[in-house]
Order: sequence, then C-alpha cells, then structure tokens
Amino acid sequence: MGKIQLITKGFVKENPTFSLLLGMCPTLATTTSAINGMSMGLATLFVLVLSNMAISAAAPYIPDKVRIPAYIVIIAAFVTILQFVMQAYTPDIYETLGLFIPLIVVNCIVLGRAEAFANKNGVVDSACDGLGIGIGFTFALTLLGLVREILGSGSAFGFKFISGDGILVFVLAPGAFMALAYLIVLFRKITAKKGE
Amino acid sequence: MAVQSSFKNMTLCLFAVCIVSSALLAAVYAVTKEPIDAAARAKTTNAIAQVVPEFEGEPVSCTIEVGGKEYSYYVVSKDGVPVGYAINTSSVGYGGPVALMVGMTADRVVYNTTVLSQSETPGLGAKCTEPEFADQFRNFNPSEKKLSVKKDGGDIDAITASTITSRAYVSAVEAAVTVFDAIAAAGTSTTTEMEETAEN
Amino acid sequence: MEYILIIISAIFVNNILLSQFMGICPFLGVSNKLSTATGMSGAVCFVITLATLVTYLFQYYVLVPLHIEFMQTIAFILIIAALVQMVEIVLKKVSPSLYQALGIFLPLITTNCAVLGVALMVVTKEFTYGGEPHMLNLGESVVFAFATSLGFGLAMILFAGLREQIALNKVPKPFQGIPIALVTASILAMAFMGFSGLV
Repeated sequence: MGKIQLITKGFVKENPTFSLLLGMCPTLATTTSAINGMSMGLATLFVLVLSNMAISAAAPYIPDKVRIPAYIVIIAAFVTILQFVMQAYTPDIYETLGLFIPLIVVNCIVLGRAEAFANKNGVVDSACDGLGIGIGFTFALTLLGLVREILGSGSAFGFKFISGDGILVFVLAPGAFMALAYLIVLFRKITAKKGE
Repeated sequence: MAVQSSFKNMTLCLFAVCIVSSALLAAVYAVTKEPIDAAARAKTTNAIAQVVPEFEGEPVSCTIEVGGKEYSYYVVSKDGVPVGYAINTSSVGYGGPVALMVGMTADRVVYNTTVLSQSETPGLGAKCTEPEFADQFRNFNPSEKKLSVKKDGGDIDAITASTITSRAYVSAVEAAVTVFDAIAAAGTSTTTEMEETAEN
Repeated sequence: MEYILIIISAIFVNNILLSQFMGICPFLGVSNKLSTATGMSGAVCFVITLATLVTYLFQYYVLVPLHIEFMQTIAFILIIAALVQMVEIVLKKVSPSLYQALGIFLPLITTNCAVLGVALMVVTKEFTYGGEPHMLNLGESVVFAFATSLGFGLAMILFAGLREQIALNKVPKPFQGIPIALVTASILAMAFMGFSGLV
C-alpha cells in the first residue's frame, strides 16, 4: 500500500468510528459541539501518530509477552505530554474536554493501531497510518459534533443561525446515542451503494 | 520480529520503557511548567480585566474572611482611587462547583461577571457562560433590583431547563455583594502580592 | 446522609454509562446476552472498587509526597493493568467457579475507560455532596466507586434485557447490530434523564 492510501483509508474504508466502531466513549461524550468534537479528534490524532512511531521503532526490542504493558506505558507517556502541552497553550479546550484527555490512554483505537499495524511496520508507514486513522476519527467526531450542534443549539462551529434554543435533547446524552446511530446507518447506506 | 521472552529481558525491557518514559515526561514537565503557570495567571488577569471598569497599574490581591469563609479579591484603582473590586466566589451548581469572578464598582453596583470554572451540562447549565444569561448581571444594582431568579420572585431570567445552575450563579453573585459590603465595612485589610495567590 | 446522596447520584443521576459515557465499549460489545452482561458487570464492579482504593492510596501516599503528580496517568493505568492480572491469578486459584464466570471478561477490563475514569475522577474532581465543594476522602471514594459500578451493572443488565428482546424482531438491514443498539441506548438514556434533579 502506498503512503497516500495509508492516509486515506482511515477516511472511509477503515473509519474508526463509522466502520470499525472503536473509541465510542470520547465519540459520544465530547461531541456536544463541532469545535469540541474536532479538538478531541485532533488530540487523539496527536497521540496516535507519536505513539505509532515510537512503538514501531521500539517493537523489535520488546519481548512478545510484555508488549501490551510496554505499549500502554508508551501511550500513557504521550498522553501526559499532550496534557502538559494543552494546559500550557490551550487551557480552555483542556478544561472543556476534561477527563477525556487522560482517557485517551484507554481508547481502543490507539492500542488497536499499535497491535494491528505499528508493531509490524516501519516508522514512516506507522506515522502515515496514525495520521490516516486520526484524520478519520477527527472527521467523524467533527461531523457528529456538527450534527448535534445544529440540531441541539441551532448553531454551527459556534455561529448561531437561529434565535432561541434548538432541540435540546441532541446536546444531552440520549441525543448523542441517537445521532451516532443515524450517522452510522447513513454511512452504511452510502458505502453499500458504492460497493455495488 | 520481536525477541524471545525470558524473565530477564522482560523485566529489563519494562524497566527500560518506564525509565525512558519517565525521563521524557520529566523533561516535558520542566519545559511546560512555566507556560502552564503563565496561562493560569493570564486567566486570572483576563477575568479581572473583564469584570471591572478601566484601571491603571496592577490589580492588588487581598483576602477577607466573611462568615467563616475566606474569599480572595482584587482591587483596581485609577488616579490612586479604588474604582473596582473583582471578587472570586463560588457556589454549588448542578454538576459541581460554579466559580465566578464578580466585579463590583466602588458605588456597590455589579459591573460585570465572568465564569472561572464550571462543570454544568453542556447545552443546558453550561449556557451560564453565554452573554444571553450572563449579561443580565452587567451594571446590576442590587439595591434597585432583586437578585434572584424570576421563579423565586427576583429579576433574573433563568436559563431554560437549568434553574439549579441559574440559582447557583445568582447566589455566587449574592455572595460577592456580601463580601463587598464586608470590604467596605472593614476599609482596609491584609495585602499580598498578586503572584502568590494567582497560582490557586 | 452524604453516603446515601453519593450512592443515589452515582447509580441513577450521573449514571456512568448513560450520562457520562465511560465504558461504552463493553456496554455495546458484550450486551447481546443477559448472562454475559451480568458476568461483565460483576467483574467491573470488583475491579473498579479495588482499583479506586489502590489508586487513591497511591495518589496520596506516593505521588503527592514525592511531588510527581504528573506521573498520575501512567501510574494509574499500570496499577489497573497489574491489578487485573492479579485478580485473574488469585481468582483462578481461590474460586475456579467464579473465575469461569468472570475470567474471560477480566483482560477486557484494563482498557475499560470507566475504571481509569473513576480512579482519576476521585482524585481530580471536586464533589458537592452535602454543600461545600470538597475532594472525597478514602471512604467516600470507595463508596462512590462501588456505587458507580452498581450503576454500570444496572444499565448494562437493563440494556442486555432489551437487546435480547430486540434480537427476536426483524430489524431493517442498515440498522442491524450496533445502530439499533444505539437507538435503544438512547431511549434508555432518556428514561434515566427522569432521575435528574433527584440529588
């Protein structure tokens, strides 16, 4: 597979949210608005690219039986670095996303890519893979956030286009589940048509 | 691919990974510590600037005890006369504490308010940070209008479906008015350097 | 009184699955059958309570005195991973029948974000039960963790029951699997919203 394909496959074919259904916790919790969803996606992308690179470089030296704990430590280190950087330069976003930043450690996407791709491939390929999956994740979260924000608050990326409130339930918990369900259905419909 | 697992190399490897990660973290921590503190300081300074009228020089940080609770506040002056007090108060909202910076002018009027931290429900209580709700407290004179939500017979429009948050916001502003009265009564109090308390 | 507030709030009002969105992976993944859902809930209950106890002690007796709070995330996830391994070994020796029921779920729990989430929550978040905002003490933390895991179990078992019924019906093709489960979860979350304002 070429580098370009590695990056683009995360968009549709191996989209972590819509097609692989991974990393559901941040997907549902942080998409109350398009901006929040995008920030969470980018934060995950940062960790994904760096941990993929570090793990692909270190994998040949890690004994098989302790690889999972070793990967978790590497991922946790990058997550903590991300926490420092966000606290220093984007404190508002850090506060909004709250607990879900440290919880990137247990995001199945990150460990999943380490196991499925990074430990058998080179550093550059792994970086591309992380970038691709990260972009796919960011795209999915931004889209879900946008849908929920438009329906729930009547605004898009913070710009209000109707006065008053939207359908409030969409920014609350039930709306998260509902919006994601319909987006997955839509995604399946579109990809099924393409496959024919 | 991966090397054979033996007890010795497994321990060594995990140990090495931990050491390298900790060293990396300590390094990044040292580099980002200064910007993190600066960001926290900037947040307080910005909050103060938002809630008080135009002033000169640096805000002076003070503390006062009212009703057994210690409050921190900042005095700003122009032409050597105190023109505003930014008072840090908090109360209990729906999802946790709601912390505010409330600005009072010297003639006992709420100049403006801003939210320092809150963990209310996004889309509901979290709207307390938006001007639609918060602007009701701009130039609010507690001697002329009643400081409570309309449901409780006051003059503040509560956020839709978030009465608890609205009440919390109101009671934090109320606390600030009480603190202001105490400051006015006490006249002066212990003054500390801004840098020391800004870290809290 | 405060303990009762913590318990009601953690189980119903701030349900970890339906209002905080932690632990969604097992919630969607192993809720096909009521029996597996019950097993998973039992295992999570055990691990969350134990992990919170250990991480709480570690935070206040190791990280804080040594001023290395920045190692929090790494330390906590390692403790949880080690704890899960240990529980597995001990359970295998002590109670083979319990191990049979819970064993297969244990490895999955390390990456269940509810465990790390609760452990981090009790040492970073201020709680407002009974008036003034304050950090939880050890007893409150353990009660909070246990009640949270009970809430996890409640939502999980209700959800599995619903999914067993749905499996008997004809579902449109694009909705099969996860989407219909998400729609169900949405309605369940609406039901739980009825508890808001209770505490």
